[in-house]
Amino acid sequence: MLGKGLLQGLAVTAKNLVGSYHDPARYVTQEYPEVPPKLPEAYRNFPFLVSETADDPMGTLRCVACQICEKECPPQCIYIEKSKDKKPDATGKPQIYPAVFAIDTAVCMSCQICVEVCPFDAIKMDQEFAIAATDRFGGLLLNREQLAKPNAYYHQIHPTEAAEVDARLAAERRAAEEKARLAAAAKAAPKAAAPASAAMSPTRTAPAPTAAVPPPAPPPSSP
Amino acid sequence: MMLPDPAATGLARVRKIEGDALGLRTPAFAPTEGAGDLLEVSLGPHHPSTHGVFRMDVVLDGERIVRLKPVFGYLHRNHEKLGEATSYLGSMPYTDRLDYLNSMTNNWAYALAVEKLAGIPVTERAEYVRVVLAELSRLLNHTCLAGFLMQDCGCSGTPLMYAFREREKILDLFESLSGSRMMCNVQRFGGCRVDPSAEWLAATRRLVDGYGAFLDEFEALLSGNEIVMARTQGVGRLPAALAVNAGITGPMLRASGVGHDLRKVDGYGVYPRFNFRVPIGRDGDVYDRYMVRMLEMRESIAILDQALRDLPGGPILDPKAKQRGLRPKAGEAYGRIEGPKGEIGFFLVSDGTGNPTRYRVRAPSFVNLTVLEDLCLGHTVADAVIILGSIDIVLGEVDR
Amino acid sequence: MILAVAPASPADAWLERAPLLLRDALTGWLPDALRPWVSALLSIAVILGVFGLLFAYMTLAERKLLGRMQNRPGPNRTGPFGLLQPFADAIKALTKEDIVPRAADRVLHFLAPVVLVALSLLGLAVIPFGRNLVAVELEAAVLYFFAAGAATELSIFMAGWASRNKYSLLAAMRALAQLISYEVPLLLSVVPVVVVAGSLSTTGIVAAQGGWAAGIWPHWHALTPWGFSAFAVFMIAALAESNRSPFDLPEAESELIAGHLTEYSGFKYALFFMAEYLGMAALSAMAVTLFLGGWQAPLGLLEFVPSYAWFGVKLLLLLLGFIWIRATFPRLRIDQLTRLSWKFLVPLALVNLLNGGFWAATADWSGPAAAVRWLVSALLVVVPFVALARSLAAGYGPRTYRYAPS
Repeated sequence: MLGKGLLQGLAVTAKNLVGSYHDPARYVTQEYPEVPPKLPEAYRNFPFLVSETADDPMGTLRCVACQICEKECPPQCIYIEKSKDKKPDATGKPQIYPAVFAIDTAVCMSCQICVEVCPFDAIKMDQEFAIAATDRFGGLLLNREQLAKPNAYYHQIHPTEAAEVDARLAAERRAAEEKARLAAAAKAAPKAAAPASAAMSPTRTAPAPTAAVPPPAPPPSSP
Repeated sequence: MMLPDPAATGLARVRKIEGDALGLRTPAFAPTEGAGDLLEVSLGPHHPSTHGVFRMDVVLDGERIVRLKPVFGYLHRNHEKLGEATSYLGSMPYTDRLDYLNSMTNNWAYALAVEKLAGIPVTERAEYVRVVLAELSRLLNHTCLAGFLMQDCGCSGTPLMYAFREREKILDLFESLSGSRMMCNVQRFGGCRVDPSAEWLAATRRLVDGYGAFLDEFEALLSGNEIVMARTQGVGRLPAALAVNAGITGPMLRASGVGHDLRKVDGYGVYPRFNFRVPIGRDGDVYDRYMVRMLEMRESIAILDQALRDLPGGPILDPKAKQRGLRPKAGEAYGRIEGPKGEIGFFLVSDGTGNPTRYRVRAPSFVNLTVLEDLCLGHTVADAVIILGSIDIVLGEVDR
Repeated sequence: MILAVAPASPADAWLERAPLLLRDALTGWLPDALRPWVSALLSIAVILGVFGLLFAYMTLAERKLLGRMQNRPGPNRTGPFGLLQPFADAIKALTKEDIVPRAADRVLHFLAPVVLVALSLLGLAVIPFGRNLVAVELEAAVLYFFAAGAATELSIFMAGWASRNKYSLLAAMRALAQLISYEVPLLLSVVPVVVVAGSLSTTGIVAAQGGWAAGIWPHWHALTPWGFSAFAVFMIAALAESNRSPFDLPEAESELIAGHLTEYSGFKYALFFMAEYLGMAALSAMAVTLFLGGWQAPLGLLEFVPSYAWFGVKLLLLLLGFIWIRATFPRLRIDQLTRLSWKFLVPLALVNLLNGGFWAATADWSGPAAAVRWLVSALLVVVPFVALARSLAAGYGPRTYRYAPS
């Protein structure tokens, strides 16, 4: 009969009108600025660099400027310059560090491939999404000072993942220490044990002054 | 196109239209003698019903369409050329951005092509997870399509908001699994990047169990509505012969009465293990295209039900499968799956280096759009809008 | 205005007489010659004020209700519950740049919204909003109302033509087709009311609907078979006349990108909006007057509520119906729109004319004859409805689907 479908439709909208007042499955609006979104742990936005401590982020970056992420980044938004000198890393081993590490978040597509390919767990995905800026380069082209965030922050946003990473790193470190200890024992030379003992020491050298200089705009990535 | 033997799939009655080698063009509609002046209107690229930056140059006789020229390319992003300059892994997130409603199926089709090319086996658990994600994606796509189609029909947003309400629930699942709502980037060669947790599977199960009730309500609002039927029945008829000759795939082909579904024909993944049916239409008009999608969603629910029930344990990703620096030996492969919009396929040619020398996407939206003029001729502007809506295009995939 | 006060008790209630007392207090000190003029101006001011506010809050109610029916909150940022939203909208519309396309006909482009609003307001003059509350008492009020209302579509045509935009032109074409098609059923559905009530005056028609059958069944026209049919036809035609969904073809956001409104911005656009709501309110007010007993209370017990409040309640219910329909239905196509009118509403209204005549001729039937009267009248509604609906829906219907053999 003509009109049955129309009446059925009217009943559906009436049901939703009533339902939107009492049924949370129907009324799903979250009023954003007042009610912050509940982000799932897996949520990813833009990458950040993990540093071991909050008070000396530049000195404790896990990144060793191996440039794998720079090479693998599909939109090529990462720009890295290796340091000329070496600094001790978290384990005290002298390592090359990124003199310049810049990510152009206006180009980044949040694909997480940099995180997947990083062998050092040095780059992770952030959850900070309110990043609107009025300045294309000053606000969106992030240098390593802006990118560095402490491991504690990583634990805060991705607790499960961070715990796994820490456990893995600790295991690697123990293995390395074990290896170093064995090597030291084999050589029986007191000098060889130095890196292992340095790993326990909280003291660290100050970062090189060049590290504070903001990076220039990244050059075209392909020659 | 890569259609199976007609006799084997019941396509035998399909034949070439005489006098037209490809059978693609219906004779141009001639304006009646003594008719008034023709009016050329450019619908788009900024038009609420072109679903993105797409333009239809229509020539009107009154409100009746005499000629229609689809103009696209406004969203061209060099996808295929980029694929040739990017590593195999690096192209995966780009495929998210083809049909941005269905990153899950795009990922799968691309992963399938690379797995074929490099001979990488897929883990059992990953095969099931892929099915779950693809069918969720199909639910999402078809629900949104119905909402958009009704919006084109002139609803004041109600079906669209209901569709988006449910889509949001699926997107929440995608986000909690992959970290992103739409650009999921989940598939890897040989499996998936992430392993769904027990909680995630339970949440999915809850969604699947409740989806039938939503569809019932949605159909009560629309399927039996006299205005919807009057607007969509008999509009934009696509004959089966034209559909096959033009390479139409997906729900649009099935609405025209051809029971061609790659999940049955190719039986890729673990689809042969599931019990589901392929609904087909008879008239091939807008209503059939809408209803076939509605019925397909019911089948998707059945597939999800079985896949979640039978999901095996084990690794999600073969640890031996190489992701970074993949260098397949020289050769070519075509991986295709039944995406929500039709056959989505990736054709890759390797010369043994880290990048494909040829990277080609067979985008269902693009191929399905080619018959737009044939469907619209003789109909009105109002019909053209819903015909375009029923084709189900995403410009990210059309223009690439 | 009618000054005579009915002797019945509800009419003497203080609240009931409050508007009249207020008017007398305001105009009582004037010389006799001036008094009718000032009270006419007063009624204009009251109508503008009340319906202006009604327009403002109808837009809010529409957005809120539409939102809730779509499971979202609707505007809620301006003031508590978004109650100041209409004023924010007004300020925005006033301060926006008024863009006139270079190729447009500037005079017509300006005139169209102004004429439209003016014409939409005219109809309100003859509506009896309550007992003794009518701005202009006309013998042929019903005729006047539809004459004023019919001109509104012309200003839509004016807007579409003057904009020099192809979408607007298509909208203008549609508006004309709609005008021609829907004036006919609109008027035809009113004729039986006039026949039965024996009056072309709105107050007369309301008076004819007073009283209750068996003490509980109001004598409203919509509660008789012929009246219900006429009411339904009237409301469908009213939807089309006021360009509301599912008949919003001239506007057709998804096809013609707002059609005749494409080239309007700022306050002119707001005027179109206002005219749409005023037209809707005027037609609903007319429907209340013709079919829902005007300002009459539904039950004798409830007569203590002032008559203008009953009118307001009925009017609001009809307007909510408009919003509800808009939230639910898709739009018709132009050929379907005209077919619905000519092949369904017009024949239905014509049969209903006969039905109304029968009802008027059998007014003195009582007892078992009254039951026969109701039965015949009901048959005269149901049979043509079923027959016409069947022919209208021929070729459309739910389908069954097959599954591919696997």
